Amino acid sequence: MEFGPHLMLASLEGAVISAILVLTAVGLSIVFGVMRVVNVAHGEFFMLGAVLAWGTTTTLGGHPAFGFMAALLVVPVLVGCLAAGADRLILKRVNYDPDRTIVATIGMLYIIQQSTLMIYGPEARPVEAPFNTRLALPWFEFGENGLAMIWPWGLSITSYKLFVIFAAFTVLIALWLVLTRTKIGLIMRATQQDSDMAQAFGVPVGKVYSYVFGLGAALAALGAVLVVPIQQAHYLMGGDPLLLAFIVVIIGGLGSLPGTVIAALLIGMSDGIISVFFSPTLAKIIATFLVAMVLVFRPQGLLGKAAT
Amino acid sequence: MAMSKPNLLHIGVLAILLALFFILPTYHVGVFSRVMVLAIYAMGFNLLFGYTGLLSLGHAMFFAAGMYGFGLGVNLFGLPVAPAFILGMVAAALLALVVGYLALRTAGVAFMIVTLMFAQTVYLVILYYGEYTRGDEGFIVQQAQRTLAGIDLTTETARYFTAFILFSICFLAIAKIVQMPFGKRLIAIRENEERARMLGYDTASLKLRALVLSGLFSGVAGVAYALLFGYVGASFSTVQYSIFPLLWVLLGGAGTTIGPLIGVIFMFYLIDVSSSYTNAYMLVAGVVLVLLTLFAPQGLIGTLRKRMFAWLP
Repeated sequence: MEFGPHLMLASLEGAVISAILVLTAVGLSIVFGVMRVVNVAHGEFFMLGAVLAWGTTTTLGGHPAFGFMAALLVVPVLVGCLAAGADRLILKRVNYDPDRTIVATIGMLYIIQQSTLMIYGPEARPVEAPFNTRLALPWFEFGENGLAMIWPWGLSITSYKLFVIFAAFTVLIALWLVLTRTKIGLIMRATQQDSDMAQAFGVPVGKVYSYVFGLGAALAALGAVLVVPIQQAHYLMGGDPLLLAFIVVIIGGLGSLPGTVIAALLIGMSDGIISVFFSPTLAKIIATFLVAMVLVFRPQGLLGKAAT
Repeated sequence: MAMSKPNLLHIGVLAILLALFFILPTYHVGVFSRVMVLAIYAMGFNLLFGYTGLLSLGHAMFFAAGMYGFGLGVNLFGLPVAPAFILGMVAAALLALVVGYLALRTAGVAFMIVTLMFAQTVYLVILYYGEYTRGDEGFIVQQAQRTLAGIDLTTETARYFTAFILFSICFLAIAKIVQMPFGKRLIAIRENEERARMLGYDTASLKLRALVLSGLFSGVAGVAYALLFGYVGASFSTVQYSIFPLLWVLLGGAGTTIGPLIGVIFMFYLIDVSSSYTNAYMLVAGVVLVLLTLFAPQGLIGTLRKRMFAWLP
């Protein structure tokens, strides 16, 4: 394959990575934005989503599409409820104190990860994609007869990967509409801006926190359900998404949703492209170091507002 | 000279550790050698977290700097133990100086994440130079290279006493540091940084010094681990090894001199016992962390100090 088609393939892979990353990172970002806490267990909710998706599809059996649709609907709700419960049981009692919340969520991380190891086991298990046709993609080139359309060998994408990109886009639009156009969104934004004032105006802040924590976890789980047909479910799979989501949220500016989306595209695309052309470890070193530097010199991130 | 209660306590702790060597069966003597080395790491972390109030989630990089400074010094450059030991300490302190210079520009959550990211960078760099560091697999420091002044440090006895001597030096040094005006100033920063600055203390420089000292002690622990147990590996620079000292210190009691040691002992035996029942032994660590944040945010010694013995250092 020549450089052009190769780059296009890398960008398409990057777009799939970005799509999953956007969902995970937006979940983390909403939790940080509204509740001002860092949820270290976020990656484990992602892992839980993938494992439960495997569980749902194998219990239901039948056509892969049927099981997958069921998982897509049920799993995020389940994980969301679990997270909301954990919020009630643990985070509420430490009063959302930033340091203690981090320690408590590190504890939750180990509890979720190790319980999964005990129940689900150490194997990586695949989930069958509901549909998986290979679509060849054209490439345009100037030849002897002017602009010609060619079909380079190997330049293709599966229909499922296109669906992932489309699904992530739809969820983002829906989320944006909920946040900006509905009363639920209004309540969330009011809590984010000033929780004391919101409480004074009759917003049940404690309940809002539980729902937001659940929503954040549900978004991560949704991303995981979408990813299992591409990447197998494994009890340690939560580490990388957590780190990447962190990077995205920080670069985009803590608590800023548009910033998070832009950063997820930036990181996902560059991750896809860099790891095709360079050593993945070197790419990770540079990315991690740059993130630390962004935070050192611009603690509020790219689009975040300076803390007051 | 009349001994104060804290001094008596410290001497008493050291006397018990010395006596344990003669009382305990061989297996537990081995456990305690390891516990004392890891307790040095925990005490280094405690100096920054417990006394200065700075929560770093990347301390494994200092532990690894000491470990690799020593290990590579011995393996690549063929240094004897003493110079390699110093090389490890210098590596950890220098890394702490650079990281501190950059990371201390931030505070709170940003500081935790910046230190986490720097530690992750160090981990990836170790993997990237796998040719020398042998990456995840790690390398063994040969028995022949682990002798100091003619003493073979690989025997159980020599190992215990080396760990004991290093632990005693660090333990007494930190107990002294926190009693000095310097230590009091660190506590002032923990309690209210703004006020400490208003009183005329150069808090930026104090925090940097605390971080360098903390990194140095963590580095000593890393060197000691490589020296006494002969293994150097990238797994010691992972996030998990940054979280362990936090766990130990919280369990024992942040901002207490003996808390880190108690925390390491408690956690070590907790995992030791539970891993004989299940391979998911980190579950215990998770449950303990959650219970601690809920019910005893001051840890074992911290709670004792609050309830009964206010004089505990």
